[in-house]
Amino acid sequence: MMKVIHPGIYCSVQDKGRIGFAKKSVPQGGYMDSHSAELANILLKNKKNSAVLEITFGQGKFEFTSDTIISLMGGDFSAKLNTFPIQTNMVYDVKKGDVLSFGRRVYGARVYLAVQGGIQSKRILKSKSFLPGITQQRLGKGDVLKIYPVKPYLDRGFSKVRLFIEHYSEPNLECFPGPEFDQLNPKQKKRLLEAFTISEDNNRVGYRLNEPIENDLKPILTSAVLPGTVQLTPSGKLIVLMRDCQVTGGYPRVLQLSDYAISRLSQKVSGDEILFEIN
Amino acid sequence: MSRYNLTYKPFGESAILIEWPSKIDESIIQDIIHFEKLVAKNQKVADTIIAYNSLTVLYKHDYFYSRHYKYRKSFERTVEKLKELYVKEKEEVKRKQKTWLVPVSYDLEFGLDLEEIAKEKKLSVEEVIQRHSKPSYLIYFLGFQPGFLYLGGLDKQIHMPRRANPRIRVEKGSVGIGGEQTGVYPQDSAGGWNLIGKCPIDFFDISKPQPCFASAGDRIQFESVNLKTFYQISEAVKMGEYQVKFRWL
Repeated sequence: MMKVIHPGIYCSVQDKGRIGFAKKSVPQGGYMDSHSAELANILLKNKKNSAVLEITFGQGKFEFTSDTIISLMGGDFSAKLNTFPIQTNMVYDVKKGDVLSFGRRVYGARVYLAVQGGIQSKRILKSKSFLPGITQQRLGKGDVLKIYPVKPYLDRGFSKVRLFIEHYSEPNLECFPGPEFDQLNPKQKKRLLEAFTISEDNNRVGYRLNEPIENDLKPILTSAVLPGTVQLTPSGKLIVLMRDCQVTGGYPRVLQLSDYAISRLSQKVSGDEILFEIN
Repeated sequence: MSRYNLTYKPFGESAILIEWPSKIDESIIQDIIHFEKLVAKNQKVADTIIAYNSLTVLYKHDYFYSRHYKYRKSFERTVEKLKELYVKEKEEVKRKQKTWLVPVSYDLEFGLDLEEIAKEKKLSVEEVIQRHSKPSYLIYFLGFQPGFLYLGGLDKQIHMPRRANPRIRVEKGSVGIGGEQTGVYPQDSAGGWNLIGKCPIDFFDISKPQPCFASAGDRIQFESVNLKTFYQISEAVKMGEYQVKFRWL
């Protein structure tokens, strides 16, 4: 078991999300940075989409009440196991009574904690991902998470995956023209491919961008939106929808991010620059 | 069933957006709902999203843009297969649609804006209720929140613009009118619709394998019930003993 001593700024359980319920208007949800979350699982030889802890903007303190093996992947938030600093992209043994804590942010926005076998919280509609309206929104002080008893783990010490520093440092986001992209004029299209910055208003549902662009598009009849859809709002500001977004929307969809680009964007924070790159 | 000129667009790495003429129309949505069933039956689909004039198909393992060549699938060829299905559609007409009988208390305890609508429309409160509970509403699709139904068919006489000051909290089950639309709030939320009543039943229940009883293409018939019945049903829902009634269409 694992006990939340302090949940930090925002901490939730996430797996790949809820696929197959869009017709009932259930958002997909799931880990924001699927790239890092799945690597954390792969390091432990878990199933790729086992449930992990998503720790946003660091802090937080967790106590293990049984032995297990863990890995961290994603942003660097000065993690410590008891008093020893630990790194991402490594596998660590954890003993009953050990305390994992996160501190100051070094880079990134989210770090994933995987435990051997995955976190065993309740599955609702085929997923363990937290989603407001379906499950609790976030972890709170005193919450307890089930984990499996530890199992032998072979080839210890050498498990590592190649990390891409570009995942955190590069502003480029791979994307495709959205369904309403062709309604934009050449000037609007050109502006769309220049730099934008992320506003303070960014969360699991969407990231609003600061710079407005000229907008003369009509609203559309409510239609599908997906995680990674870039909407052009009437004010001319853009919203990049993220994993917890609704299934439909009425703003023109000018771009669509690749799944990897959503992962990369989810490690950025307000003020960071981004650059859409059409594939 | 009418045939439409459809357009097919890639939507990200692994989805296709199929579009019908851009209008809110019963025969268009019926065509979409029908096509969705065919596609889900015949292709490896992860999920589908239905809206007024579109069907979005999310594929399971097909990446139209993947850098990994072995996963790559031709967008054009997938569209060809969709087109063949659409033409063939006529042969497999099989639909089971229901009219759900949804109890509503239009008591002024819940219908906080009933008197205002009546005054604005120069109708009696009774007439507003009668006009709202008379039609059977077509469910175009579900969107906005889990279990929220987009309904078509609201009587023009009771169209009412959204409130200038939205309420911070609208209770789950509240029935409202917002512009040309009517609907039921599936969970507590903020909301700007004019409230006319309340349903004692759940539109979204995570303890059920199908969390929402209603599907696109079904119909909703509101049935006015008194306060006593409202609380009886409400109690039965809490105990898990209430089944929403329906008629086959």
